[in-house]
Amino acid sequence: MAQSTQEILEGLAEIVNEETGIDTGSVELDKSFTDDLDIDSLSMMTIVVNAEEKFNVRIPDDEVKNLKTVRDAVDFIAAAQG
Amino acid sequence: MTVEALRPKGSGSIHPGTGASHARIWGLGGFRPERVVPNSELVEAIDSSDEWIQERSGIKSRRWAGPDDTVVSMSEAAARDAIAAAGIEISQIEAIIVSTVTHPYQTPAAAPIIADRLGLRCAAFDISAACAGYCHGISLANDMVRGGSAKFVLVIGVEKLTDFTDLTDRGTAFIFADGAGAAVVGPSDFPGIGPTIWGSDGSQWETIRQTESWLDVRDQGLGHPTIGMAGQSVFRWAVWSMAPVARQAIEAAGITPDDLDAFIPHQANMRIIDAMLKQLKLPADIPVARDIAETANTSAASIPLATERMLREGEIPHGGLALQIGFGAGLVYAAQVIVLP
Repeated sequence: MAQSTQEILEGLAEIVNEETGIDTGSVELDKSFTDDLDIDSLSMMTIVVNAEEKFNVRIPDDEVKNLKTVRDAVDFIAAAQG
Repeated sequence: MTVEALRPKGSGSIHPGTGASHARIWGLGGFRPERVVPNSELVEAIDSSDEWIQERSGIKSRRWAGPDDTVVSMSEAAARDAIAAAGIEISQIEAIIVSTVTHPYQTPAAAPIIADRLGLRCAAFDISAACAGYCHGISLANDMVRGGSAKFVLVIGVEKLTDFTDLTDRGTAFIFADGAGAAVVGPSDFPGIGPTIWGSDGSQWETIRQTESWLDVRDQGLGHPTIGMAGQSVFRWAVWSMAPVARQAIEAAGITPDDLDAFIPHQANMRIIDAMLKQLKLPADIPVARDIAETANTSAASIPLATERMLREGEIPHGGLALQIGFGAGLVYAAQVIVLP
């Protein structure tokens, strides 16, 4: 069942926290993964794989580069959940 | 029905080959080029820093081949080392398998030239399985010894990746390096090489590859090709697809993770090793190869080089059980449990 934006954001923040130690409160919709949260490409892939499992969606490799902000990721997951 | 009944001439049956009951690795050898290249020598061309490289790869330095070091010469040095460690005569080698993707001749293979350098005229051929090549070679050698094709097989993993590295590419410039590792596989009274779990996924062939085909280089007047890599895709595949393969190799050998004395994955990237360990959940006290810190990624040479180093430094025991897994361009992979020589 599709989750709300807030639910996805909270779940994603937990995954980011687990991989990087970044405080969940800092994972905000308009933050950039690389510029604001300083997440490198390999940590980003770990976050993507864990998000796939948590939200039961598929995020292809080609799509990962388009997920520049937290909002991009939340929107993609919401759309993928349909 | 008799076999003769199948023959057009009504006669003739082939005598089967007879091999050893089991095979094991008798000895390992390695060649590390003399020149040590720290990160500081590479950072300017990729607008980076020592800290940036270490964070993303765990690599502090690497060895680069000198102008006189070739795929053949590095192989010969590693081979002589391995044969001496095995305690046999060079003349006892009956086949040579060389895994490399950086021998600069499309043909002939490097293996016959290496055989000649060793004074041999035995069977000698190259295989192309990139970073998984050494584990492929060990699997073939195991079958050859047991099948009776050769009593002693020399398996070499060798790369001079610097000949095919773009030093301005932030994804690979600090990753690739040079070296050679070799193993002598021979007959054994006990199983010394477990079943190989191997496979491929050619749908991802572009993930790690020579940047242009030789035909494009010729027809479009392109410069010397290098090896490119889609790092994120490799990371996902290597961690989440290879951890189950490693587990299958342990199960196929009929042992449990607690029985292992060493885990020796291909030295692709320290981050891959750490993430794979997290997925595998191996007992914390099992030594893990981390040769990449000072050797970087030497592709087919990385597993024998790491193993030889860990044995030499007393980090892992002779006679112990090691899980080794190679994975790389193709995409291809191979994993098996071996008894350490």
